Amino acid sequence: MIVNPVKRAYLALESWFNLSFGPEWNPLYHLGTLSFFLFWVILVSGIYLFIPFHGSVEGAYASVEYMTHEQWYVAGVMRSLHRYASDAVVVTVLLHMFKEFASDRYRGFRWFSWVTGVPNLWMIVTLGITGYWLVWDELAQYIAIGSAQLMDALPIFSGAMTRNFVSGGMTDRFFILIEFLHLLGQPLLLVFMLWLHVKRLSNVNINPPRGLAMGTLLALLALALYQPALSHAPANLNAVPRELHIDWFYLNVYPLLEVWPAQQVWILTTGVTVLLMILPWLPPKKDGSKAVVDLDHRNGCGICFEDCPFDAISVQARTDGARYEQEVVVNPDLCAACGICAGSCPASNPFRSAREELKTGIDMPQLSVDEMRHLTRETIAAMQGDVRILVFGCEHGLDVERLDRDDTRGLKLICSGMLPPTLVEYALKQGADGVMVTGCRDNDCYYRFGNRWIRERFAGERKPKLRARAERERIRIHGAAQTDLRDVETDLAEFRQHLQAVNEAAASAEAG
Amino acid sequence: MSKLGNKPLRLLLQAINYTVFMAIVWYFATSPSIRIIAEDEAMITIAFSHAGQLREPCRRLTQEELNELPPNMRKLDDCPRERSPVAIEATLDDKPFYSAVLPPPGLFGDGGVDVFHKVKIPAGEHLLRLKMNDSVRIEGFNHQLERRVKIDPAQILLVSFEPDQGFVLRGGRM
Repeated sequence: MIVNPVKRAYLALESWFNLSFGPEWNPLYHLGTLSFFLFWVILVSGIYLFIPFHGSVEGAYASVEYMTHEQWYVAGVMRSLHRYASDAVVVTVLLHMFKEFASDRYRGFRWFSWVTGVPNLWMIVTLGITGYWLVWDELAQYIAIGSAQLMDALPIFSGAMTRNFVSGGMTDRFFILIEFLHLLGQPLLLVFMLWLHVKRLSNVNINPPRGLAMGTLLALLALALYQPALSHAPANLNAVPRELHIDWFYLNVYPLLEVWPAQQVWILTTGVTVLLMILPWLPPKKDGSKAVVDLDHRNGCGICFEDCPFDAISVQARTDGARYEQEVVVNPDLCAACGICAGSCPASNPFRSAREELKTGIDMPQLSVDEMRHLTRETIAAMQGDVRILVFGCEHGLDVERLDRDDTRGLKLICSGMLPPTLVEYALKQGADGVMVTGCRDNDCYYRFGNRWIRERFAGERKPKLRARAERERIRIHGAAQTDLRDVETDLAEFRQHLQAVNEAAASAEAG
Repeated sequence: MSKLGNKPLRLLLQAINYTVFMAIVWYFATSPSIRIIAEDEAMITIAFSHAGQLREPCRRLTQEELNELPPNMRKLDDCPRERSPVAIEATLDDKPFYSAVLPPPGLFGDGGVDVFHKVKIPAGEHLLRLKMNDSVRIEGFNHQLERRVKIDPAQILLVSFEPDQGFVLRGGRM
């Protein structure tokens, strides 16, 4: 299988972080929550800075200098945390975008999250710009004039704004407007956009693992103490700043104004934004057939509603007159066609109706539970050898068919989360000596929760649980990306040896 | 858990990762720096708002014309709204550095024009000439200024325009 170079690069980076942090703390699995955490740091430090800050043209710079130099041990550290956390959030957001792009998690049913995510980057950047403005030093003067040039290039402003920033033009009223935008207007809009961004997800978590959060905070604190954030000389509208140490995370557009007209800068930034926004359709991705509910085989338990990662399932009053109170409904516009709901349905039990078609409460037309049972039976029957292992995989992790040999066969599902625990038991009953489940790397399921639900179901922590009588020593989970063939082969060889020992122990127990 | 069973080694790798992350954050938060203006350069900024004169003068209505109007709309003068474009030329030591004809904005062409132009120049003494025409009914330039100016490095010489004073210079030494 050919893995494109962008994804290969991303997976290599992910492997490195897995080695350093483990899958539980891997920052690449928590870029969204890490960004939220950085926002908390920005918010808390910002509230502190607001207290001694003087919101006027004359007083702003002096108050920031007081914080930086006189009260460096608290306000100065807070200022540095405020700045560096703001910079770090740009890094985490860009990495977040890169990860979703490299993993092909921005097209098809995910278009909404991608399209609502792109403007967030804009909002974060403009929030940073107004923040730099409030220091009212030479850098603030530079970005104030640059911003005004950009605004004046738009037909609605007709060229009047830049004159605010010539000698005597800057007023406290304008300064307070910027302060209002930075402290209230922009953050509120950003919160709304972030809510919209995650609206199509269920079980949304906005907190990173505590250890990762602490590590990040300590790193920011160390940087704040080692390299405190400083201001330039105070703004002077009678002079041009000679040299500026600009923040490239936020102010990268402004140097372009030195060489391009403002209209051209707008064309570039708007062009990049539009390109990013239409990326999910370049080319479009077709999702699989959506989940189908069969009310005749549902009892309204609602487990699929709990397990759906994309909020595509809702519960409503029963409409078919059956004795159960509730039924579930699938919203096809939100359904990712992952099949996790089919795996969560207690009716997806292969031991039921063995001689006829297995009907379940919610199923996938492209790979029904009945078909999974049939394939399991056929695949095991075709295997030869002393230790026969069936490997369940998914479409987005390692291609398990690459593991095929006489005594080992891979069976590809849409997502490992669509595997009913009873099917694992069924495979063992059908003659498999062991069952391995791969799926995507741990904590990085393409469909968010597939491999997590499987672990919890097998551990008996989530319904439908793997029954107590299932031989757990014959079951193994090994999350694996497309590039992890060698890892899985190594683990499979070790699993085979383990199963050999289990078989021998079972044989001697039977003989004894 | 990480495949790396050794906890101190894993902590060391984490510390390296955090250090790299913070190094990237710190570096691009302030670097590379940019130079806006050279050591021996200064800047002239032309910035003002000015409405050109009316394209056509107001006309006094005749008594007959006034009689034809409803009583509440009887104004003695009929003034067309459209204004003249504003033409500006600026030279420094006889070299032009700004020349523009700015049409009046607005649906009816009756708005004032906003002028903003900045140019870097060598610091020192220069001969500055400014000319402006704000009426289509006048040939040539009806507002002019010629002044020897001395501008220090990094200083901004601001050129503005006041209807009652003409061109006004701020900053620099005359």
